[in-house]
Amino acid sequence: MSHARGVPASVSDSAFPGIDYARQTLAVAEADIRKLIHDPVELLTRMIQPVLWLLIFGQVFTRTHAIPTGGISYLDFMTPGVLAQSVLFGAIFYGISLIWERDLGIVHKFLVSPAARSSLVLGRAISSTVRSLCQMVLVYLLALLLQIHLHLSPLAIVGVVAAVIFGSAVFSTFSLIAACIVKSRERFMGIGQVLTMPLFFASNAIYPLALMPIWLRNLSRVNPLTYQVDALRSLMIVGGTTSFGLAPDFAFMAAALALLVAIATHLYPKIIT
Amino acid sequence: MDGISDAQTPTERLSPASAIESAVETRALTRRFESLVAVNQLTFSFPRGSIFGLLGPNGAGKSTLIKMLTTLLPPSGGTALVAGFDIVREPREVRRRIGYVSQMLSADGDLTGYENLLISAKLYGISRAERPRRIAEALEFMDLANASTRMVKHYSGGMIRRLEIAQSMLHRPSVLFLDEPTVGLDPFAKQAVWKHIRDLRHEFNATILMTTHDMQEADELCETIAFMHQGRVAAIGSPAQLKTAVGPQATLGDVFIHYTGAEISDGGDLRDVARTRRTSQRLG
Repeated sequence: MSHARGVPASVSDSAFPGIDYARQTLAVAEADIRKLIHDPVELLTRMIQPVLWLLIFGQVFTRTHAIPTGGISYLDFMTPGVLAQSVLFGAIFYGISLIWERDLGIVHKFLVSPAARSSLVLGRAISSTVRSLCQMVLVYLLALLLQIHLHLSPLAIVGVVAAVIFGSAVFSTFSLIAACIVKSRERFMGIGQVLTMPLFFASNAIYPLALMPIWLRNLSRVNPLTYQVDALRSLMIVGGTTSFGLAPDFAFMAAALALLVAIATHLYPKIIT
Repeated sequence: MDGISDAQTPTERLSPASAIESAVETRALTRRFESLVAVNQLTFSFPRGSIFGLLGPNGAGKSTLIKMLTTLLPPSGGTALVAGFDIVREPREVRRRIGYVSQMLSADGDLTGYENLLISAKLYGISRAERPRRIAEALEFMDLANASTRMVKHYSGGMIRRLEIAQSMLHRPSVLFLDEPTVGLDPFAKQAVWKHIRDLRHEFNATILMTTHDMQEADELCETIAFMHQGRVAAIGSPAQLKTAVGPQATLGDVFIHYTGAEISDGGDLRDVARTRRTSQRLG
């Protein structure tokens, strides 16, 4: 009987299930991070967009003085927005890798393993945050070159890292949900295009909420990007302020992440059917 | 198992003792896709320690059956015990005890062979202390030790299959599912995979369930073969028994045609064909 139903000797039946859970979650992330190390070209191509926004759009708009920025230069004002945007644009297309890996057969390997479904979802969110943190480093280097007034205290940087992690996890999980629903690469690319611009423009990334018509302002208030930018603006920029407060900003992002992970955990196994 | 049993007659209820000896036991297992019944009230079992072959035309329900047994797809009705655990009520317990090599390429081409094994070992919760030994052993066993640091996208088709089998065996599963393990391989690579499947069974005492379209492969490897047709098991028995039942000079190909009424080249929808060709293309 024990032979028939016993646990295979090899598989750990750890007394601390949390350890197995963490190990499996990190294994999912590790697979992706190792691929990134083998071929980091993607990180460089992701750098192009923030460069264009800061060097072209920012340079022009900082001369207009048309946008109320709360006493800081427009370039300073938009830099956190550009960081959030580059995180968003990277993360929102991350789901396509799930469709790609489904087509190859790699997803099946993860789904037949004893790893919890939620650890498969969280592992992907973690690998997306690693990419986003690389982008963050590049945006900081660019911002230093442009002499943007950055807070460089360790505490401020820890806060920025946290906001980037939350933003990336939220939008990559959102992307994962979209991938599980549309299931094909072609449809996903269409959906990705449709989602990014509204998310970006219905936020405070490049103009303050106060400038928006009331309907757009209401829409922006349920957009996690708004809270990410709000937190980034006060953490990152000398003289930058938050409209909602840091605690509400992070609370909103955490709640959004919890909800999205729950939905993605439910939908993830359906990607293969 | 003596003689050919018609698996579809209301099956004698298996005693609990025999259920424990079974590697897989299905009970009225059914899967519908809208109006199509892909697997229809399937009740069969096979014993531990054997190599069991599942044959049948494209669309007979083989892949759907394997997806249900590996917990990738929930049944519409009925259930099954795999390694003694219920696929519906205890899917995680089932997953801890099975290995699965899908028809598609599950090894990650953008990682090295070693990295593929490392990630699998971590997913299966193999302890840090145990990992290096298991991985080295798997590489050695599958003749991949010299290629472990190469990217898998530069492997040959046969090497990729061997790596995938190695990945699926790291946690010493009691039941191993191989979905068309040699599809798209040249005869020489096929022979190598066959040898490894045989060795696996002896070395690790695993039960192996495999699907194949290759009659020679089924004849060479499998002790028991089930022919599936339209979601049911049309016949089940040893290759010798099945052939004798059809005729004195019969080949397994004749048995196939006898029970499924299908031409071997017939059937399969666009998706099946596209998937198989994609796999073959990448392996080639």
